[in-house]
Amino acid sequence: MSDTITMTYEVPADDFTRAGEASSNVKSKLKKMGVDPDIIRKVSIAMYEGEINMVIHACGGTIDVIISPEEIEMILKDQGPGIENIELAMQAGYSTAPDNIRTLGFGAGMGLPNMKKYSDEMNIESVLGVGTTVTMKVKMFE
Amino acid sequence: MTIDNIKEILGASYIVGEEWKDREVHTACGSDMMSDVLAFMKDQSVLLTGLCNLQVIRTCEMMDIICIVFVRGKLPDDAMINMAKEKEIAILSTGHRMFSACGVLYEKGLTGGPTYRE
Ligand SMILES: Nc1ncnc2c1ncn2[C@@H]1O[C@H](COP(=O)(O)OP(=O)(O)OP(=O)(O)O)[C@@H](O)[C@H]1O
Ligand SMILES: [Mg+2]
Repeated sequence: MSDTITMTYEVPADDFTRAGEASSNVKSKLKKMGVDPDIIRKVSIAMYEGEINMVIHACGGTIDVIISPEEIEMILKDQGPGIENIELAMQAGYSTAPDNIRTLGFGAGMGLPNMKKYSDEMNIESVLGVGTTVTMKVKMFE
Repeated sequence: MTIDNIKEILGASYIVGEEWKDREVHTACGSDMMSDVLAFMKDQSVLLTGLCNLQVIRTCEMMDIICIVFVRGKLPDDAMINMAKEKEIAILSTGHRMFSACGVLYEKGLTGGPTYRE
């Protein structure tokens, strides 16, 4: 479909200062397209949490963002350690982040719950030792 | 309340964005955990924090937060200052600790969002 735009981002491993660049880029793009600010904020927060997770829990990865007139889809794929128990990981407050991550302001165990809260659809597929793919969709119109 | 009102109430100084001093803020959030902040969705708000790194600016960018107050006299580095300028986020620094900074602003009528619910 010609009115669908796809963007791909590489999320670098272990570079905390660069985490968020992909989300920032998507945010600017959506602003330029004139998308509703509330929708942009939902996409930005959900994607940023996912991007941070890829940096601190996996070893970076790739993010595909597909923008269509109906929705914005984000596919975050990493080759990290995987999530053993997704249901547990989804609980607010559950975190395996080490203390040094906590001193950086992350590791509250709120990221996945936030991603669920701000997206209209979310799916996690994860295989231990292979990686994790998180897919989120935000609808253009409520 | 405006950004300039916050600066006066907290006896703070501008690090970035004195030119945006008349912008209105409606709510505030105080935290050193960025995911806590990201769970709080409100328009035109201010973040009070003792955490001082680039992800604080990124978090505010994602949330459309228009003003950051660093407590305990913390000062941002050049990379943070440049990002804040680019994203039009005002930065203040105050000598107050978190509790009193939040307290005096609350007393002057600035409130937080609703109670967190899952
Ligand atoms: N991409 C991932 N790869 C491997 N494990 C992950 C990934 N994303 C999340 N997890 C696991 O799920 C847990 C919960 O994630 P969540 O984002 O909710 O919290 P957090 O990242 O630990 O802290 P916060 O998001 O508040 O900074 C993580 O601590 C980690 O164990
Ligand atoms: Mg997280």
